[in-house]
Formats: sequence, structure tokens, C-alpha cells
Amino acid sequence: MFSANRPAKRLTLAQRQALWAYLFIGLPLAFYLLVRIYPALSSLSMSLRDYSPLKPVKPFIGLENFQTALFDPALGKALLNTALYTIIGVPAQLLLGLGVAVMLSNINHYRGFFRALYFAPYVTPIVASAWVWQWLLNRNFGPVNALFSAVGLPTQPFLGSPSQALASVAALVVWQQLGFQIVLFLAGLEGIPRTYLEAASLDGANSWQKFRHVTLPLLNPTIVFSTVVGSIGFLQLFAQVVNLNFGDQGGPLDSTLTVALYIYRLAFQNFRMGYAAAITVILFAIILLVTLLQLRVLRRRVDY
Amino acid sequence: MRSEARLRADPMPRARGLNREPLWLYVVLGIGSILVAFPFVWMVLTSLKTAQDVYLPGILPPNPTLDNYAQVLGRTGFPRWFFNSVLVAAGTTLSVLFFDSLTGYTLAKLKFPGKEIVFVVILSTLMIPTEMLVIPWYIGAIKLGISNTYFAIALPGIMSAFGVFLMRGFFESLPDDLFDAARLDGVSEFGLYWRIGLPLVKPSLAALGIFTFLGNYNAFLWPLIITQSADMRTLPVGIALFSGEAGGQWNLIMTASSLAVVPVLLVFIIFQRQIIEGVVLTGLRS
Repeated sequence: MFSANRPAKRLTLAQRQALWAYLFIGLPLAFYLLVRIYPALSSLSMSLRDYSPLKPVKPFIGLENFQTALFDPALGKALLNTALYTIIGVPAQLLLGLGVAVMLSNINHYRGFFRALYFAPYVTPIVASAWVWQWLLNRNFGPVNALFSAVGLPTQPFLGSPSQALASVAALVVWQQLGFQIVLFLAGLEGIPRTYLEAASLDGANSWQKFRHVTLPLLNPTIVFSTVVGSIGFLQLFAQVVNLNFGDQGGPLDSTLTVALYIYRLAFQNFRMGYAAAITVILFAIILLVTLLQLRVLRRRVDY
Repeated sequence: MRSEARLRADPMPRARGLNREPLWLYVVLGIGSILVAFPFVWMVLTSLKTAQDVYLPGILPPNPTLDNYAQVLGRTGFPRWFFNSVLVAAGTTLSVLFFDSLTGYTLAKLKFPGKEIVFVVILSTLMIPTEMLVIPWYIGAIKLGISNTYFAIALPGIMSAFGVFLMRGFFESLPDDLFDAARLDGVSEFGLYWRIGLPLVKPSLAALGIFTFLGNYNAFLWPLIITQSADMRTLPVGIALFSGEAGGQWNLIMTASSLAVVPVLLVFIIFQRQIIEGVVLTGLRS
């Protein structure tokens, strides 16, 4: 094996493995640095500039964009709406998902059928679904209002009303996400050891007590996951809002405007990219904060 | 085989459960399913109506027609948008499967200096919201002269930190001895990944693939920003702009939606078990 013709410096096994490793991760690492880290840093840098693609110079203006943000009523509205979407939507999809999952775990027939049916909206293109919902909730010709009239209720404007539009958007998102929540909770429920529930039965616990004191605490990881992922989704809401009111995106009267849509509007319709970048930095901070806060608060509840 | 059959044949839990099954659960779940499915039914039924019948009361089309389909397929860019979406989604999915599994394998099974830093760098990108990236992506694409190309639509999605994290976890659960033994047998480092590692994580790859394909097929924000000409639009962008321009011709809008939704639903019905389990598998791991 060790012939004299071989180069004197032979790589050790460990060195060879390291070389292969660098070869394997070289391209991916370049990708994450160039297509993720670098653009994120350049957004940060843009947020400190008066940046517009229409202007040749992009002067450094310090925190001026953030100052503007503080007194921007449209941003205030977008932040408030985004908070409302999250506060309404996350608990709604969590409770419905948990409820349906518990029901499904208590039946023996057609469980797979129900699961697939509830899951279907999750796989269909959001944009197409949003247009279907727009037509569904149409004031004059939609079947929801037709049903309302049929049972003697007054018809509702839904997406046309500043006070109902936000809830209508949230309803669409919950409809889409419900199936995902259900399968998450079904998996969580399956992970609960049957012996725990049997032990509780032997101690004389009724169904509700078993659910409240055995199932729910053991489902905590799933609840944390559902809350965190759900919140991140609602905080970045965009496609549904755009397509539910395409002619007046974020309307009526900015009542459905989200932070993501406001960023899009500023950057790609008004070309105020420096200011838009500042708001992306704010959104990033909010998502990070909300996630960390939820993990802290919700995780603490498992200590028992 | 026989023992498997015996395990499955155990009738006790099922029979015991049957007696306690309350009927009301089926009633509630049934009503829920009707509510969940109704938008799809309404969509397809509207797509079969004539332009005038759309505004008549009643759910069923009085004069069912396929004219709308001929119109949407024949006079819009719909077939092209569908092709664009499938192409971009398939391309990104293949790329994600290869690179994410290779990166995940390297981080799980190879020893090299700087491994921890690389992992932290990749993982940290998970926290960056897309909104923060699209503006620099757009400016970069314009500067490079690649806007309005398939490459630009696909580029941000060709690898995913989430997938790396997932695959790393799956590879870590494989025993090291397996790879050490194969290495001693003279299998190359790439062969260890490709021939030993990959076949063992096939179910996870399928799950990641489904997740990635769906995400890219449905993506809206970035394709909306980066496509300029009608022929480069992906399906979601095409549908949004077409529907916006259709000016309330709901029969046509619902036809376009049906054409986007029905193929996905058919694939879903065929592979529903694998798709749902895949989504759960990827979802829970994160």
C-alpha cells in the first residue's frame, strides 16, 4: 500500500472526510449566505436609507424611516389589523382543530374520509380559494346571503363592510388551515399513552376530567406548535387579503390591510423601498418577539 | 405474514368502541364536512353556468355548459400558467430534495471543523420572514438582468433551511456503524450519502417533497413581484390578475379557479394518506 511513488503528504482519514464535507455543503452554504443572510442585511441597510429605485442617490438618513413609521396612520392600521387577525384566527383554528380531532378520535367509521375532506382546502391554491370565497360571500348573489334571506335574516355585506371584512378574511384562513390543525392534533392525540387514560378511569375520572387533566396537558407540545406556527402565518397574511378584495386591496377603508400587504404596496407600487424595508425590519422584530414570548409562556405551563 | 394478519384481526377494540360511539359525533362531523366542502361544490357548479345564469338564484346550473372551460383554456394564458407553476414547483422540489438531504446528511454524519457554525448559520435563516427578503431579491434580480425568468422565480426556493433541519434529524437517527462499515468496504463519501443514506430516508424525502411542491405551486408574493409578462406568470398570479381583469364574470373566474383546484384535489384524493402523513411528519418535526 505504501509505495514510494505516493506523494509524501497523504491526507489523514479525518482530513479527507472534512474535504468531502466542505465540497457537499459549499454550494448550500453559499446559497444561505447570498440568498438569505445577505438580502436580510441589505434590507437592514436599506431601512436606514432614503431608498427608491426611481432615484439615483440613496442617502443615509439614520432612523428617519423608523420615525416616519411611528407616526404613520396606515401602518398603525395595518399593525392593529394584523394583531386582530392573529388574536381571532389562532385561537379559532386551534379550538376548531382540536375539537374536530377529538371527535374524529372517538369514531371508528369514515375517520379517514372525514380527515381527507377537512384537509382538502389546505392543499388547494390559496389564490383560487380566495376568489371562490369572494363569490361565496357576495352581497347580492352569494349563497351565504341567499341562505340568510331564506331563513329571514338580513343579508350582510361581509367583505364590503369595514366592520365585517376582517372577520371574513380570518374565516377563509381558518377554513384553509383547519385540516392541518386537525391532523396535527390527531397525531398529538395518538401520542398519548392509553394507559394514562385508563389509569384516570380507574381513579373515577369522567370524560371531561380525563380530557382536562390528562389529554390537554399532554397535548401541550402540539398546542405550542399550533400557536407558534399559526401566529407566524397570520402575522404574514398577504395572498388571502389581496385576492378577497382585488379591486381595493386591503379595503374597504384599509379595514383588512395587513403589514405584509402594506410593505408590498410601499415597495412595489409606491417604490418607497427604504421605508418598506424599515417596516420589514419591524415585522421581523414582531415575529421574533411573539414567537419567543409564546414559547416562554406556553412552555411554562407544562411544569406540573 | 401470518402473525401480521393475526395482529390486525384482533376485533376487540373496534367492537368495544362501536357500542360507545355516539351518533351525534357523526352528525356534527357531517355538517362540518358539508360546510368545508361547499365552497368547492359552489365553485364547480358556477363554472358550469352561463354568464346570465350566474346571477339567478339557485345552486344548480339551469343550462349546464362547458363553454366557460373552452373560453378560459382557449383565450387566456391558463395552460401556460399551469405549465409554469408545475415546472417551477417540480424544479424547486427536486433541488430541495437533493441539496437539503445532502446538507442534512453532511451535518449529521460527517465530522469537519466549523460544523456547528454552518448549522447555526443555516438555522438562523429560518427566522427571516420572506417580506424582509423580497425587496433585495427584486433589486438583485433587476441588476443581474434575470427578472421575469424561470430561474428568478425558482431561485429563492431551491433550498430550504427547514428541509435541512428536517433531514439532519432523520439522518442522525440512523446508526453511525452502518456508514463506518460501508466506508471500510470502500464506498466513497458521496456513495455513503447517495447509496446508503438516501434509500433509508425515502419516506421523509417523500414528505419533504410533497410539502415543498405544495408550497411552491401555491406561492404568490414572490412570483407576483418577479413576473412581468403574462406568459411568465405562475398559476396563482395568473388567476389573480385574470380574475381581477374579468370584471365580475364569475362564471369565468370560477372556471379558472376550478381548473387550478380540481387537478390538485384529484392528486390529493389519490395520495391523500401519503400527503397527510407527509405534512404531519414534516410539520411535527419542526
